Amino acid sequence: MSNLSTTTTVTTAFAADAAPAPSLDGNAASSMPSSYGRPDATPGAASAAPALRSARLSSLDTLESEAIHIIREVVAEFEKPALLFSGGKDSVVMLHLATKAFWPGKVPFPVLHVDTGHNFPEVIDFRDRTVERLGLKLVVGSVQDFIDSGELAERADGTRNPLQTVPLLDAIQRNKFDAVFGGGRRDEDKARAKERILSLRDEFGQWDPRNQRPELWNLYNGRHTVGQHVRAFPISNWTELDVWRYIERENIELPGLYYAHDREVFARDGMWRAVGEVSQPREQEEVITKTVRYRTVGDMSCTGAVESAAATVRDVVIEVAASTITERGATRADDRISEAAMEDRKKDGYF
Amino acid sequence: MSTETFLPGPDLVAAALPTTLFRFATAGSVDDGKSTLVGRLLHDSKAILADQLDAVARTSADRGFGGEGATGTKAIDLALLTDGLRAEREQGITIDVAYRYFATDRRSFILADCPGHVQYTKNTVTGASTADAVVVLIDARKGVLEQTRRHLSVLQLLRVAHVIVAVNKIDLVDFSEDVFRGIEADVQQVGRELGLGRDGVADLRVIPVSALDGDNVVDRSERTPWYDGPALLEVLETLPAADELESHLESFRLPVQLVIRPQGALAPDAVAGGLDPEAYRDYRAYAGQITEGSVKLGDQVSILTPGQAPRTTAVTGIDFAGRELAEAAAPQSVALRLADEFDVARGDTIAAAGTIREASADLYAALCWLSPKPLREGAKVLVKHGTRTVQALVRNVTGKLDLASFGLEPTSTLELNDIGHAQLRLSAPLPLENYLHHRRTGAFLVIDPLDGSTLAAGLVKDHPGDHEDERYSI
Repeated sequence: MSNLSTTTTVTTAFAADAAPAPSLDGNAASSMPSSYGRPDATPGAASAAPALRSARLSSLDTLESEAIHIIREVVAEFEKPALLFSGGKDSVVMLHLATKAFWPGKVPFPVLHVDTGHNFPEVIDFRDRTVERLGLKLVVGSVQDFIDSGELAERADGTRNPLQTVPLLDAIQRNKFDAVFGGGRRDEDKARAKERILSLRDEFGQWDPRNQRPELWNLYNGRHTVGQHVRAFPISNWTELDVWRYIERENIELPGLYYAHDREVFARDGMWRAVGEVSQPREQEEVITKTVRYRTVGDMSCTGAVESAAATVRDVVIEVAASTITERGATRADDRISEAAMEDRKKDGYF
Repeated sequence: MSTETFLPGPDLVAAALPTTLFRFATAGSVDDGKSTLVGRLLHDSKAILADQLDAVARTSADRGFGGEGATGTKAIDLALLTDGLRAEREQGITIDVAYRYFATDRRSFILADCPGHVQYTKNTVTGASTADAVVVLIDARKGVLEQTRRHLSVLQLLRVAHVIVAVNKIDLVDFSEDVFRGIEADVQQVGRELGLGRDGVADLRVIPVSALDGDNVVDRSERTPWYDGPALLEVLETLPAADELESHLESFRLPVQLVIRPQGALAPDAVAGGLDPEAYRDYRAYAGQITEGSVKLGDQVSILTPGQAPRTTAVTGIDFAGRELAEAAAPQSVALRLADEFDVARGDTIAAAGTIREASADLYAALCWLSPKPLREGAKVLVKHGTRTVQALVRNVTGKLDLASFGLEPTSTLELNDIGHAQLRLSAPLPLENYLHHRRTGAFLVIDPLDGSTLAAGLVKDHPGDHEDERYSI
């Protein structure tokens, strides 16, 4: 059981990405000086601020504050949270929000990555650099290890995304994580549209969509018993466009493959697949070089690229605003398997 | 193949610009066409992307939903856009609240789509608890039903700022003005009985729509020339959000979530990378989300620690991740630094000085019962309020709301979907406030201590200090 009202003091925590963010109205705030205790050290900070009463927070400001509130609640009420970090844009944004939630302290929990063994090398590199920069502990669950030990079998289609569930649940159990932050968004998929911000998982990691706790006001009920854990989704209410606008506003670094680059690709299942160690063209599949980018970065064996000339974050924001196809529809083979592909994976314990 | 050709025109650049956020919920009885209305809003505001529409069109055709729509477009079953779970599609019903997202160039919308059948109170209460506005559907052929009265009374109880009644299927009554005006008068009558639309607390408006054909949903319809009001989306785009309405009316409140104290030189690893640990040696700030009102540097604030008299100090810093703000307002998440080194912890409330009353261990509340497990007098439960959870004893249930007559009938138990009044005794005092004036600090959850499930949504009726006489009499 989570505790009754406990006194929580964050004594560990970490590196704000410290990208100077635009303020609410563009000019109300100044950079925090090290002499934080003397507000007069930043003359003009106070006088330059127009009254907030009349100003509206932008939708990004509102979503950001909601996410920070959720992250702080989970840290206050759970013994051992962890944040699922894949190096993908949603988890990068979530980690950025965590740095803001605990500034000037460090992020007070480790990050967890389920490595399919088919990840893009540049994403693994980005993951390691980020963890190093922020001084975080990284816990890795390996799909390859489970395949090697015979606990998991390679699928006929070679896709490893659905195989992540077992190593994920194993890592949660082994490390006794009682809350795991995920970057899932309700706009991604119709099953995720019914997900709670705090979502209870049973002893088998399963999601029971028909028996969810009602979520009222901003009061999150995270009570659970031994063996159960909670998934927390701080960016539930963000859309793909919100995520990109926030990445632009906060100047957040992402793995390079989110931006247009030349890459050797071949066409399969109506998507462009990268040529790589685990992603080889079949005989009749022609390899060509195209200017592409990725809208999601998952397993190389099931994540496709889209043709795009969007080389900067601004270009991507405009492209996403103009897009007529959802990110999962465009780039995830595993979500095309059936109408309820995501629902089935979630019920088994997937994020 | 997804070849995304795009020419960023002015509207696209606008789509990438900041907007404000507006949350609304939908409520209606079975077969009022709610899913179709939601599908229409998403479709006509172009929030449905090509691949989603393809999937829905395929399924619609498979199920024999066909023919030409009134507007000449290929008819699809718009309800399929919102039914997310396998069981919902198989049974053709909506089970759980689903959240949908769409944006216009003025606003980003979060839509809580609340199903109307079985657990309608649970779903409506859930959706309405965070909504700036609620759209209630009525079938034009049926008019105001008992369930409409129930919906409206729940919205009144939860103090939803704006209520919009969409009289749907107006095409099926031949766009009759008489039918519409009759329903409109009934709705306004119910609104008056309930006290909706009074004192600027909530407003109530009625719009004739056809969700199936799109009349007055996104654009004004030529088929209702007698209706000169705005279309539904126009209303949603222009209504003020609840925080916007209330921030200048309400006093500052911030329930403390946690204390940020990296301890600088004593524990250099605890300070974020790139910062000088020495500079943050004495840093101490109280993190939380402002639930109402606003706060400025230098403001006098009261710290309410339950069980103690309020202590007053001044705000010396409003920090937001390395930025120092001069002022902050609901619903911002900030960290406050204070002039005096009081012992402040999670569960305490920081409020504008002199505006908050002492915490109380007696709780008088309305409860929306959301669990199949009934409430009985004498039950031991948990109450989660703000950032505190305490044990509570249900001393008595004083009445159950008859949602049809809006009267209170005697009872000693509450069952699923009931709304009743109860008195609880808490194991420790809480900074309770009247929900009527404090939509956040007047709200709480009732939780089952055995399995952790949420049993009820609670609304503090009035401050226990107003019940001095009866406090010890029961």
